[in-house]
Amino acid sequence: MDKTWNNKAWFMVLPVLVLVAFNAIIPLMTVVNYSVQETFGNNLFFFEGVKWFQEVLNSPRFHASLLRQFAFTGLILLIEVPLGVAVALAMPRSGPWVAVCLVLMSLPLLIPWNVVGAMWNIFALPDIGLLGYVINAMGISYNFTSQPLSAWFTVVLMDVWHWTSLVVLLAYAGLVSIPDAYYQAAKIDGASRWSVFRFIQLPKMKRVLTIAMLLRFMDSFMVYTEPFVLTGGGPGNATTFLSIDLVKAALGEFNLGIAAAMSIIYFLMTLLVSWLFYTLMTQSEAEG
Amino acid sequence: MDLSWMAWTWQTATFFGVILLLLVGMTVWEWASPGGAPRHGVLGLDTTRGDRLFISLLGSAYIHLAWLGLVGPNLWWALALSIVYAIGVFRFV
Repeated sequence: MDKTWNNKAWFMVLPVLVLVAFNAIIPLMTVVNYSVQETFGNNLFFFEGVKWFQEVLNSPRFHASLLRQFAFTGLILLIEVPLGVAVALAMPRSGPWVAVCLVLMSLPLLIPWNVVGAMWNIFALPDIGLLGYVINAMGISYNFTSQPLSAWFTVVLMDVWHWTSLVVLLAYAGLVSIPDAYYQAAKIDGASRWSVFRFIQLPKMKRVLTIAMLLRFMDSFMVYTEPFVLTGGGPGNATTFLSIDLVKAALGEFNLGIAAAMSIIYFLMTLLVSWLFYTLMTQSEAEG
Repeated sequence: MDLSWMAWTWQTATFFGVILLLLVGMTVWEWASPGGAPRHGVLGLDTTRGDRLFISLLGSAYIHLAWLGLVGPNLWWALALSIVYAIGVFRFV
């Protein structure tokens, strides 16, 4: 049956468009305006052209925080996606334990980000925190407030604790949607556990895993609250990711021009990755 | 309506004006000569005219940033390169 097209339906989108204009487009336009000007307060602005962009692009500080950001996001994806899939595979598909597992998995996601940071800050302190105390008791020198490696370990572990559940829930949703007939056919063929995973479960989870990777990429790429509460970007600048650096420039140093130029470069990066993921997802949908 | 809090300059106003004109132009183009259905291009992607405009604008932003970072603040050549890139995208992608 042919689809019926009615262009009047576009009017239904108008309220959303107005909302997006007010909360996204107009602030973004203001950021673009700030990015080409210098201000000394009193709402006085002086045009500077592309000076701030050039300064940011050639700044070793920006390069360092960008590198840290990519390292953090890469680590997060490498750990959380396989771990999430493994946990989802281990979860029961039926019975009373399903609800228990789902509630347990949802719990970390319900905790506000700043609370997670504060919780892990206390948990990992080497003198009074359980994690810090146990690691030191094992003879490993650990102090996230003074050692960069310890700080990275804690920030990554905290993110894995907080967000792996999201991957688990999405992967689990993909797994339970696979009809039993597939497993029965695999059993008749004498397929191994690995073959079932490789040729049935993984292809069926492809879409939800793409969504999970997109969400985890975006969230970890824009992470701010948790590492800020835990380490404040330190020790030194060891855990100063892009967003923390941006806030330091904008609010700490009141460098509005540089912060605005950084924001636009940051925005372009997230826009490119979102588009790549979206394109991959819609193209594979169209093909499959 | 007082928009001074947005710190407008004529340069940024022109920038957004051009983007608005491009969007209006695309709408008029589609209305005058419908052809916005997806097409399979050289990148192996199915793209509509709107997708191709998005790819052109995003690519142009990166071309300008790369020029600024690697060459210098004179961006006229980056603009020329972006126009050539956009024509390429609309023609082949």
